[in-house]
Amino acid sequence: MKADLNQLGAKGVLAKGWTRKRFTLFDVLSIPIMAAGAVILFIRFTKGLGAVTNLSQDYPWGLWIGFDVITGVAFAGGAYVLTFMVYILRMEKYHPIVRATVLNGFLAYVFYAGALLLDLGRPWNVINPIIGNSFGVSSVLFLVAWHFMLYMITELIEFSPAIAEWLGLKKLRKILASLTLGAVIFGITLSTLHQSGLGALFLMAKGKLHPLWYSEFIPVLFFVSSIFAGLSMVIFEGSISHRVFHHRLSPALRLSHDEILIGLAKGAAGAMFAYLFLKILVLIHGQNWHLLGTSMGYWYLTEVVALVVLPCALFAYGSRMRSLPVIKAAAILTLIGIIVNRLNVSIIAYKWDAPVRYVPTWMEVEVTLAIIAAEIWVFRWVVNRMPVLSESPLWARGETARPRRRYLHAA
Amino acid sequence: MKRREFLAALGAVADAALVGGRAQAAVSGEKTEFFGVLVDTTRCLGCRTCEAACAEAHGLPQPDLSDSAVFDHERTTSETQWTVVNRYDTSAGEVFVKRQCMHCNQPACASACLVKAMYKTTEGPVIWRENKCMGCRFCMVSCPFDIPKFEYSSPIPKIQKCVLCWERVREGKQPACVESCPGEALLFGKKRDILEEARTRIYQNPTEYVHEIYGEREVGGGAWLYLAAAPFEELGFRTDLGDRPYPELTTGFLYAVPLVFILWPAALLGMSYATHEE
Repeated sequence: MKADLNQLGAKGVLAKGWTRKRFTLFDVLSIPIMAAGAVILFIRFTKGLGAVTNLSQDYPWGLWIGFDVITGVAFAGGAYVLTFMVYILRMEKYHPIVRATVLNGFLAYVFYAGALLLDLGRPWNVINPIIGNSFGVSSVLFLVAWHFMLYMITELIEFSPAIAEWLGLKKLRKILASLTLGAVIFGITLSTLHQSGLGALFLMAKGKLHPLWYSEFIPVLFFVSSIFAGLSMVIFEGSISHRVFHHRLSPALRLSHDEILIGLAKGAAGAMFAYLFLKILVLIHGQNWHLLGTSMGYWYLTEVVALVVLPCALFAYGSRMRSLPVIKAAAILTLIGIIVNRLNVSIIAYKWDAPVRYVPTWMEVEVTLAIIAAEIWVFRWVVNRMPVLSESPLWARGETARPRRRYLHAA
Repeated sequence: MKRREFLAALGAVADAALVGGRAQAAVSGEKTEFFGVLVDTTRCLGCRTCEAACAEAHGLPQPDLSDSAVFDHERTTSETQWTVVNRYDTSAGEVFVKRQCMHCNQPACASACLVKAMYKTTEGPVIWRENKCMGCRFCMVSCPFDIPKFEYSSPIPKIQKCVLCWERVREGKQPACVESCPGEALLFGKKRDILEEARTRIYQNPTEYVHEIYGEREVGGGAWLYLAAAPFEELGFRTDLGDRPYPELTTGFLYAVPLVFILWPAALLGMSYATHEE
């Protein structure tokens, strides 16, 4: 126990020294952004949503829902995809990045789904659907809200062994690690339903959403696209972490990082191919091709061709040629494509023919940036302390199904 | 309690337990009949007395009735006006149309509401309950008529919409707008009765009306019915909404939820066992 404490102390000092010494560009930018965000939120809660947003009676949902919540949650899909690959299919190759992905997913839900609270007009009543005095079970949003909450708990359980390792709590770690498989299965089920549920929110916006985007298959499209949205985010975020947190990387991860990205790229290409097929099916089924010649049609084609077909091909090419730059470019294009798709459904193709269109205020954009900055701060804080990218402490290895070492031998 | 009654009660309980809320809803639906209002736009003078009566009954700012410039543009209801009268130049001449919440039989807003703040009462009016609402505005996204309005300029915002004077109706009174109408353009009554009256008017004056009652079938029908001399698309009504109640658009997804909840964990657990190395 004493040895563990020493180790912990040393780690703390190391982490502190690291943050104190280097004021990164990110620090310099993010602190004023977060401070300004706090000021705007103060105005929002004292003067009402109209004081800082461009929301209107025609556009009840803007950037905070369309980007922060709906796009943010799609980006967080990597956690359920990777836990599926590692804990269900037992693809051990991906084990070294599973913790970072789960942590990212968890924080994404806390911050981006948490952004929902900023957008709620009467947030003090948010407990109503939880405490059970008023269950609107016929509402898709009821399902989504509950799933957000349960999934946050699930992801915290999935990540919790890392916290126990950090604190040196051996017994607790054993208990928490035994919960992992159950949490993973529950988490994948929840993710399937709320990723698709976010799309199902727009099923009753029939007649408001442009016919090229409205379909009874929106939930399926949202679910399938969350798979490659998540994988692309893992690739994107992974290659940044690889550089920024290089000092924290476990030897296993350093060795296998490139292989992991190539594997993920293959997966993303496959999921995108399936998605493309679905998109074509929906287009034919909806019999809306005559709309492709309109300006909204060109925009639809831009989304599908430039931001799905192209990155899909790049992923396939990049993984075949083992070219990381191509894979990273494909990931960035895919992420842009997901942003465009989610904003199309929630804002751009929503009342596309309205005389006055919604455009977010600079304050809405500012708050969104502040939320992203805050999430990165917490992520950095955790990664610099807990065994996320780094190896678990010796006592925790090999004790349970955490086969990093086995992978090392294989490598 | 007689044995027969006891058995009947027992049966009802078992039925409710097995079939769930659906059966109960059907029973309570039979007991009460929805109220509704018939708007005969051929009788409307465009005096906007209904707007003023509505504002007075619900403590909203009084509209300026002498200002005829309001007819220059089509107006929508707002967070301070639960009902508005618009003027349309149509193939049948000048027509005034009063707009407000349609109080759908199966309201999209109520099915969208995750806290049952939007609520279809047994009398028919769709009301909003302040102590439940969390201000997510999903009702606004879902309403095919864009009726619920949100107070963006308030830190304690409310959803504002016509409640068909639910309090007055429960006391046996008529809605404020109906009571105030000097032209008898509005008729309040049981849904069945006003529908019969609407059909009678078309039947007796076949050249005076288009042979259609707006609101009878649109998105499953609602409490407000409209008669007009001109086609409804000329009167600012959406005629492309279809007859299917909006909540049905999400039932397919919601029915899939229990299936996924049963099948996914079973399949995932099976896969996990299959890949497990000893």
